[in-house]
Amino acid sequence: MSDLALSVGNLSKSFNIDHQWNGLGNYRTLHDDLVNLPRRLLARFSQSHRPTSETFWALRNVSFDVRQGEVVGIIGANGAGKSTLLKILNRITEPTSGGADIYGRVGALLEVGTGFHPELTGRENVFLNGAILGMTRVEIKKKFDEIVAFAEIEKFLDTPVKRYSSGMYVRLAFAVAAHLEPEILLIDEVLAVGDARFQKKSLQKMEEVAANDGRTVIFVSHSMPTVARLCPRTIWLRGGEIAADGPSDEVIQKYSNVTFVDQDRVSWRDGFSNAGVHELKFKSVGLLDKKGRPTTHFDYSEPLNFELSYTVHESLYFCRIGFLVHALDGTPVFEVYDVDEDVKGGRREPGSYMIRCEVPGDMLKPGRYSLSLNAGMPGIKNLVRLDGVLQFSVDDPGLPGAAMNLPRVGVVRPKTKWFRKTL
Amino acid sequence: MLSQSSTAIADIDPRPITATPMPTLRIRPTKGWAALNLRELWQYRDLLWILVERNVKVIYKQTALGMAWVALQPLIAAAILAIIAGRVAKLPSDGTPHLLFVFCGLTIWNYFSQTAQRSSTSLINNSQLVSKVYFPRMLIPLSHTFSTLVDFAVTLIMLFVFMVIYHVPPTLRLLAIPGFLFLTAITATGVALWFSALSVKYRDTNYALPLFLQIWMWASAIIYPTSMIDSARWQTIFALNPVVGFVEGFRWCVLGKSALNPTMFWITVAISFVTLLSGAFFFRRTERKFADII
Repeated sequence: MSDLALSVGNLSKSFNIDHQWNGLGNYRTLHDDLVNLPRRLLARFSQSHRPTSETFWALRNVSFDVRQGEVVGIIGANGAGKSTLLKILNRITEPTSGGADIYGRVGALLEVGTGFHPELTGRENVFLNGAILGMTRVEIKKKFDEIVAFAEIEKFLDTPVKRYSSGMYVRLAFAVAAHLEPEILLIDEVLAVGDARFQKKSLQKMEEVAANDGRTVIFVSHSMPTVARLCPRTIWLRGGEIAADGPSDEVIQKYSNVTFVDQDRVSWRDGFSNAGVHELKFKSVGLLDKKGRPTTHFDYSEPLNFELSYTVHESLYFCRIGFLVHALDGTPVFEVYDVDEDVKGGRREPGSYMIRCEVPGDMLKPGRYSLSLNAGMPGIKNLVRLDGVLQFSVDDPGLPGAAMNLPRVGVVRPKTKWFRKTL
Repeated sequence: MLSQSSTAIADIDPRPITATPMPTLRIRPTKGWAALNLRELWQYRDLLWILVERNVKVIYKQTALGMAWVALQPLIAAAILAIIAGRVAKLPSDGTPHLLFVFCGLTIWNYFSQTAQRSSTSLINNSQLVSKVYFPRMLIPLSHTFSTLVDFAVTLIMLFVFMVIYHVPPTLRLLAIPGFLFLTAITATGVALWFSALSVKYRDTNYALPLFLQIWMWASAIIYPTSMIDSARWQTIFALNPVVGFVEGFRWCVLGKSALNPTMFWITVAISFVTLLSGAFFFRRTERKFADII
């Protein structure tokens, strides 16, 4: 196989979750380490496993090969190891065992806008960001006009990016990254940015990159329609292991069938990478029926309850926390926040809290949905966004008229009132 | 299948030999001390330059006085210290006017302490980059070694102005300034690499370093001459603090009077290189965990 682009073999990555961490974040103080030193030395001497830490395997024995020019999608639930895999391939973090051989120059697009400096102008940031992503100054100069035209920010080139709207910011960031010319491109869910029109444009750009240039692309996404459209082959990661690897339609089919796990609650432990930022951490999220019992199946006419508990570590202002619901094919259904009714609730003091959102029944079309969490300070910064943490189904209770219930278009099926008279 | 070994990057491909070309990149777990990989640093020199540019542009942005701060800071500090040294403490100054004497010491000290201070917090300030993009992490602290040179240049010009004011004739010794600056830069970089690597794991360094630098300054013959110490043996021991060597060397270049002797000089050179190398190796050793714990 001389056309190999990437060969991953027995790749594993573990993290130690230290139960003694203070819960304030992923870092310790020197004091903590000095206090624990005698115990750690003792543990080392007695060869016993340290009782204060637990090993969490983000990836376990993952092996696959990618040929040159192949476009491969990586799907899986949160915490399945998708991002960790990309981080290892991009050398941001090291594997614990196993490894990967890469044949060609790697470029990665793990988060749009990393390395942008708010005080610098758009022009300066194009160079900064390009260099960070691995382009040389000459390459950037050559592509500069193309990048600016793609981002549609010609007029604001010499404005500091902190004055940009979030849309402009994201467009510029995507434009820089999309004009990278590595032989192997790693992409992590960057298409969910910008307005609908720009999303479409960036998607087209990605297709162009993948199809015309014969480049190898590894594409991580939660959006099944996008994966199906961009990638002929898909790898599904589950719990750090490969659950399926093959033609996209087959793998996505399997994923959609099997991943509907009857899980009504997800909890995060301290130190787990996805649970939040240092100001705010999510503790757990659950689905409850109208009587407060955990469930994943709701009747069409019944209200749905989403319950989220979280801890605030630092005072926050103008902060909204809420839920997003998507149909399983990725279509957004709605987005709600706990400050929708009361803006004053945006101020949050340190402490632990629980919020519950009741969504009226008689609204969602029977089918499967996924629940995402979002917390942020609109226009200031995003705090936490966790996609597809839980899934639930709205069941068809056999409504009157169910006999005529052929599959319907749309994502909602509101309970409608009808008036009829004979003319 | 690839080897499971957890030793350093294997040079031997464990797979059977086929027509497969050599991979351009091998990703394997590493352990222990890592090579400095200077070649890669060189490949990324464009990024280093752009980071330096960014540091310079950003540092005094949105301040009313802008770059004037670069000049004001050492000027005011030198004035205060000169009054303390000359009028209050009545310290000797090798016969040089106190303001010039102190300013001379501060010129080199400020470069040292600013480099150390700015770069030691640089990894934390750029945690977004460290956890999202790959490039040699050393570039981040290193960029401050270069960008602080701008501040140094401004201070140096002011020092020349002071020389004119105080009628200190320039000599050929001024040509040795780059040499002492180079020693200062590598030591500051070494200190910065130690502290920036430590700061990823222990945020304590953010609080400890300013304090540490303050004590260091008072221990470094900035406002008093090394000649105050009358025993040669004690002067040698004093020179174990490399900053003493830089300051005295710099004074030798500018003022022509200094307690610097060959023993002191070589001690300073040795300690400078030890600081840089130990910092660089320590940085490389801890670097691999940065993205996981930052």
